[in-house]
Amino acid sequence: MQSIVVENIIKTYRTKKTAVDALKGISFSVDKGEIFGIIGPDGAGKTSLFRILTTLLLADSGKAFVDGFDVVKDYTAIRNRVGYMPGKFSLYQDLSVQENLSFFATIFNTTIEKNYDLIKDIYIQIEPFKDRRAGQLSGGMKQKLALCCALIHKPSVLFLDEPTTGVDAVSRKEFWEMLHRLKLQGITILVSTPYMDEAGLCDKVALIQKGKILSVNSPEGIAADFTKPLWAVRAVEMFPLMKAIKQDPMVESCYPFGQFHHVVFKSAENAKEKLEQIQKNGKYTQFEAHAIKPNIEDCFMALMQE
Amino acid sequence: MNQFLVFVKKEWLHIWRDRRTLFILIWMPVVQILLYGFALTNEVKNSKIAIFDQSRDLSTQAVSEKLAASRYFNLIKNVYSYKEIEATFRQGKIRLAVVFPNNFRNDLLHTNHAQIQLIADASDPNTANTLTNYASSIINDYQQSLTQNEELPYTIKTQVRMLYNPELKGAYNFVPGVMALVLMLVCAMMTSISIVREKEIGTMEVILVSPLKPFRIIIAKTIPYLIVSLLNIATILLLSVFVLDVPIVGSLLLLIGESILFTVTALSLGILISNTAKTQQTAQFTSMMSLFLPTLLFSGFLFPVENMPIPLQVISNIVPAKWYYIIVKSVMIKGLGFSAIWKETLILVGMTAVLLGISIKNFKIRLS
Repeated sequence: MQSIVVENIIKTYRTKKTAVDALKGISFSVDKGEIFGIIGPDGAGKTSLFRILTTLLLADSGKAFVDGFDVVKDYTAIRNRVGYMPGKFSLYQDLSVQENLSFFATIFNTTIEKNYDLIKDIYIQIEPFKDRRAGQLSGGMKQKLALCCALIHKPSVLFLDEPTTGVDAVSRKEFWEMLHRLKLQGITILVSTPYMDEAGLCDKVALIQKGKILSVNSPEGIAADFTKPLWAVRAVEMFPLMKAIKQDPMVESCYPFGQFHHVVFKSAENAKEKLEQIQKNGKYTQFEAHAIKPNIEDCFMALMQE
Repeated sequence: MNQFLVFVKKEWLHIWRDRRTLFILIWMPVVQILLYGFALTNEVKNSKIAIFDQSRDLSTQAVSEKLAASRYFNLIKNVYSYKEIEATFRQGKIRLAVVFPNNFRNDLLHTNHAQIQLIADASDPNTANTLTNYASSIINDYQQSLTQNEELPYTIKTQVRMLYNPELKGAYNFVPGVMALVLMLVCAMMTSISIVREKEIGTMEVILVSPLKPFRIIIAKTIPYLIVSLLNIATILLLSVFVLDVPIVGSLLLLIGESILFTVTALSLGILISNTAKTQQTAQFTSMMSLFLPTLLFSGFLFPVENMPIPLQVISNIVPAKWYYIIVKSVMIKGLGFSAIWKETLILVGMTAVLLGISIKNFKIRLS
C-alpha cells in the first residue's frame, strides 16, 4: 500500500517578468509506515512539494495522491486525515501551550485525552510549560509543540517541512527519536531537511536539487551507488592543497568537508600514489590522507555534478 | 459546531490578549465622540464680540444686553473708537464688532430709521456669515418688540423653524457620522487585518489543512468583531444621549437592527480586502484608503454631498456609509420609522449581498 504517490509534478511560479521553475517534473512514491526524507538545499523546491501534497497549492501539471485521494479533487478528504507542520513555526504565539493544543484538537474533531498516548512522549517534555505562551518557548520546544499539534488527531500521513531547521543538536536528535516512535504507530512520515546527516535516519530518501530529484533510494542504497574512490586529505596549508589537487587530471572533484578535503578520483587505480606525489610536489606540514566510505553528502555532491 | 465555537473563542483570546488594540477598540468611539462633540465643533458658540456705542441710550443698551445674553456671543470689551476696533481685531481678540452711531434712539423714534454696523472678521467667511446672521436676528427681535403694538402696513414676516434640531447642534450631524466611521474601522479594518495576520504568521496554512470549512473560518473570525462593534454602538448611543444631549427620537430597536446590517456590510468589505492583501500593512492601508476616507468624505457627515460636483455625487452612492448615515439620521434624529428608510435599507442589503457573494466566491481555499 502506497501512502503518497507523486507523478511528474511540475510547478512554475510566474511573476510579470520572470518565471521560476520550482518543480520540474517530480515523481516518487512512499510506502505506508515509511519515514521518507526529502533532502536538498534551500530553494530546491521542498516547500512547494509539501504544499502541493497538503492541497495548499495547485501543481501546473502532474498528479499526486495521498492515501489514494487526489490532491486536487479530493482535497477535503485529504485535509481530514493528514497532519501538516509547515516550515515556519505556525502556532498562535499569544495562546498558551495548552490552548494551542486543545484548539487544534477541537478543530480536528478530537480531544487531547483521546489521543494522549500518541503525543505523550513529546508532550511530557513541554507539559511543565503548558501555561506559557507559545511565543515564549525556545525553538526546540516550539517544534515539539507544533509536532504535538500536527499529531493530535492521529493523522495517517504526517508532513513535516524542515522540522529541525533552527533547532539545537540535542533537540534534533530527540526529534528524530520521536519520529521513529511514531513510525511504530503506522504513521507515514514525509519529512524534509537541509541537513544531510539526517538523511541516514530515514527509511528512504529523495535527493532534490533545483526542482529535480537526483536519486530516490534507501540511505545505504544511495551510498552503495557511489563506486568511485573517495579520500579524505588534510594538511595545515588547506588552500594550496586544494588548488594542487584540483589541477590533477585524475581527480574528478575536490571539496572541503569539515576539517578535510574530500577527493573523488576518476578511477580506483593509483589514487594513493597520486596523493603522495602531490605531497612531494608541494610543501605541506602534517599531511594526512586516508580512504573513506562515502556518506550521503558525498553522494549528493557527486549527483549534483552529473 | 464545536469547532466553530472553539474558533470564535480563540479569536476572542487574540483580541483579549492584545490589550493595546483592545484599548483602542473600546476607547476610539469615546474619544471620537468627545472630540467631535467638544473640540472639533463647527458650531459658533460664545464668540467674542466688542461693542462701540456712540449713542449710549436706552435702545443701544437694550440691544447690547440682548446680544451679550445670547449664548452665541460673549461681550468682552467696550471700545471707544474705530481705531480701537481695528486694533482689537488684529490682536485676534474678537470675531465681531457692533457699532451704534450717535443719536441711535433719537433717529429710531423720530425718523423711524436707525442704523447698526456689524463688522466681522471674514478671514473665516463661514463663521463671519453665521455671526452676522445671528446678530441680525437678535436685532430684528428687538425691533419687533418695539413695534409689537403698532400696526405697520404691508409687512412680511419670515418665520424660520429649525426642524429636528431646533438648537442647530452639530452633534446631530456627527453622532451618526462617528457611528459609521467607527463601525467601518472596527469591522472592516480589524477583520481584514486579523485574517491577513493568520496568513502572514503561517497559521492559515495549518488551519486550511484541517477539516474546518474555509468559509467557516472566516465567519468565526468576524464574530468577535461583531460583538466589539455592538459594544461600540452602545457606547456611542449612551454618550450621545447622556453627554451630548442628542436624544434617540426613533425606535432604538430599528436603529440597532440597521447598525447590525451595516456592520455585516463592513465585515464583508473586510473579508474582501483580506482576500487580496498579503501583509497586515497592505490590509491596513487598503482599508484606510478604500473605506475610511470615503466614509469621511462621501457620507455627508463632514461635507454635504449635495454641494459636490456631479461625478463625486455619483461616486458617493457606492459608499455604504452614505446610506447608513441617512438611515441613522432618519431614525435617531428625525424619529422616522422603517417606512421612511426602506429604500436605503434595501440598498445596504443589496450591497451586503453582492460583497458577501464576491468575497465567498473569491475566498481562497488554497494558498495562492
